[in-house]
Amino acid sequence: MEDVLSISKVSKHFKSFILNNININIKENCITGFLGKNGTGKTTLIKIILGLVHKDEGEIHYFSNPNLNKKDIKDRLGVVLDEGYFYDNLTLNEMKDLVSSTYTNWNNKKYENYIKRFKLDGKQLISSLSKGMKMKYALALALSHNADLLIMDEPTSGLDPEVRKELMQILSEYVQQDGKSVFFSTHITSDLEQVADEIIIINNGEILEQVSKDELLEEYRLIKGNNEILEKLNKSDLSLINKTNYGFSAITNKYEKIRKEFPEIIIERTNLNEIFLAKTEVY
Amino acid sequence: MRNLNIIISNTSEKPLYEQIKEQVKSAILEGDLDNGELLPSIRKFSTDLNVSILTIRRVYDELEKEGFVSSKAGKGTFVLAGNKDLIEDTKRILIEEKLIDLITISNMLDINIEELHKMLDIVYEEV
Repeated sequence: MEDVLSISKVSKHFKSFILNNININIKENCITGFLGKNGTGKTTLIKIILGLVHKDEGEIHYFSNPNLNKKDIKDRLGVVLDEGYFYDNLTLNEMKDLVSSTYTNWNNKKYENYIKRFKLDGKQLISSLSKGMKMKYALALALSHNADLLIMDEPTSGLDPEVRKELMQILSEYVQQDGKSVFFSTHITSDLEQVADEIIIINNGEILEQVSKDELLEEYRLIKGNNEILEKLNKSDLSLINKTNYGFSAITNKYEKIRKEFPEIIIERTNLNEIFLAKTEVY
Repeated sequence: MRNLNIIISNTSEKPLYEQIKEQVKSAILEGDLDNGELLPSIRKFSTDLNVSILTIRRVYDELEKEGFVSSKAGKGTFVLAGNKDLIEDTKRILIEEKLIDLITISNMLDINIEELHKMLDIVYEEV
């Protein structure tokens, strides 16, 4: 599996925020989820990847090919940003004509298929679209110029569960084609649980981890037991400790060790949400 | 795929790749998959099972190392069930592992080998 995007030592300094020494790589045919709380640098990094924000330091390699120029790269990236950069007073088809003229390999048949599939109307004004419809429209544009890497910033935020599921389905279909990859940011862990192959976690402008989804889920467990056990456990092994008069629960990646010491403890699998909160917990 | 059933358990302590690998392997051992049969692509298989593509890649890599499948670049991953020695060996190893468990428990409970033989004969008849 080749890297479709490799980012090394990228930094960006703002007055009140620093994106610090980012090293990640996006693999071909993978759906990579970019997970982080609001205001932790997800959008800034995506804008740097797209060349919309200048980086202070570091390097970005696109499609493992140093010979691509800016135009080649733009052609191969499909982009869906949080605030759709559309003109409200144009119709979908008028806006499409503007956008399509900037791409070398625009495929109008594909566009029309997506518009039909998403139940959109090309003659509708952009200002009349709901949030979900706007995202679908942006996706239709992003998927209609033969892009190899789809980059999306928070595509699911503010969408209802049904539309989110539909989007995840489309992403899964997209990466079935050889050489197609997806990178999208979110703070909704259930989206990733469904479709992601790899997960990159960002917190306070730094990458905490890049890991396969299944490995991440394997790494942590929810443990439960009585409070005498909690007293004896090393608190630095535990996160999200929830203690009541009757017992405690906590998230840990040291469950093998704890099981040996306290065989009576209950150990259960947990979900991405708890693991994410445990990893980014503020002490 | 004619007879490839994969059931992933969330209550199992076994990691996903191990659960999947064992089930593909037993489908080969039990003859549910034919020699030369094409396995699903890693992308299709992982999407269908709702696991990471990296997990399926690990499953195929390990099965290939153990000699149960063969990958051809650009063509896919094929079942290698023609290797009779390997398959017989693996069947024996599976049974041996169970026998080791059995003997360990017998020793713990002070049951000697003669008694164990008798029990095996009786239970074998009953099953």
